[in-house]
Amino acid sequence: MAYGDIQGSVDGRIGPKRLVVGAHYGMGDWLAQRVTAIVMAIYTVILLVAFLAGHDYTYAGWAGLFAQSWMKVATLVALAALIYHAWVGMRDIWMDYVKPTGIRLCLQMATIVWLVACAAYAVIVLWRV
Amino acid sequence: MSELTRPTRPIYRNINITQIVGYRLPLSGIISILHRISGAILFVLLPFVLYLLDKSLRSEISFSIFKDTLSHWYVKLIVLVLLWSYLHHFCAGIRHLVMDVHVGVDKDSGRRTAAAVFVVSLVLWVAIALKLFGAF
Repeated sequence: MAYGDIQGSVDGRIGPKRLVVGAHYGMGDWLAQRVTAIVMAIYTVILLVAFLAGHDYTYAGWAGLFAQSWMKVATLVALAALIYHAWVGMRDIWMDYVKPTGIRLCLQMATIVWLVACAAYAVIVLWRV
Repeated sequence: MSELTRPTRPIYRNINITQIVGYRLPLSGIISILHRISGAILFVLLPFVLYLLDKSLRSEISFSIFKDTLSHWYVKLIVLVLLWSYLHHFCAGIRHLVMDVHVGVDKDSGRRTAAAVFVVSLVLWVAIALKLFGAF
């Protein structure tokens, strides 16, 4: 169905000319931005508590923290949140400031490659401990 | 009618980059643009953070390399930028989350919470910076 066919607020739809909800018109990403932020904030607290509670600031203490499975999982979850959060944020920046579609598309693809590469690097780092 | 009584104010639509200098932002507006800038900085410096994590975790030897790396003043400078970005983004983000549940959305409290973001993030930043440069 073409969006132009929908008239006024018929069926409770918002917007006089087109359907502005229900097709990834930002609500999903808006919510994801909040949820991933909360995940990262919780991880920050976990990391701070683990760091400040331990008194072993040598290599053994630091690596010992990340050698535990729960810490690996927590770090990876926080990192997944970070990747998605950064994607939404960077996409917003490109959409606001870069108007030519071709350049914007290139920058968005570069952003995805950059973030996926970072994720891969992080997995290597974590699972080598 | 209203054209005559209304004082003439500059109207900004799609602000151009050249207009930014003369565009006076409220405190919450400064917080907002810095939130975006700090987020972009964190995005760009993410591989550096992972590199430091890698060096700190891989082995006893790389851990000492990590410590040596951090002792250079220019690395400390990058870490300071990173720290500020993280603290500002964190505090401004918490402010966002609070406003999302409709707390402090009016003009006055918006200004107050914006000031609080500056105070909290900058005090923490200075404290950690002093620690980093070995002041205490």
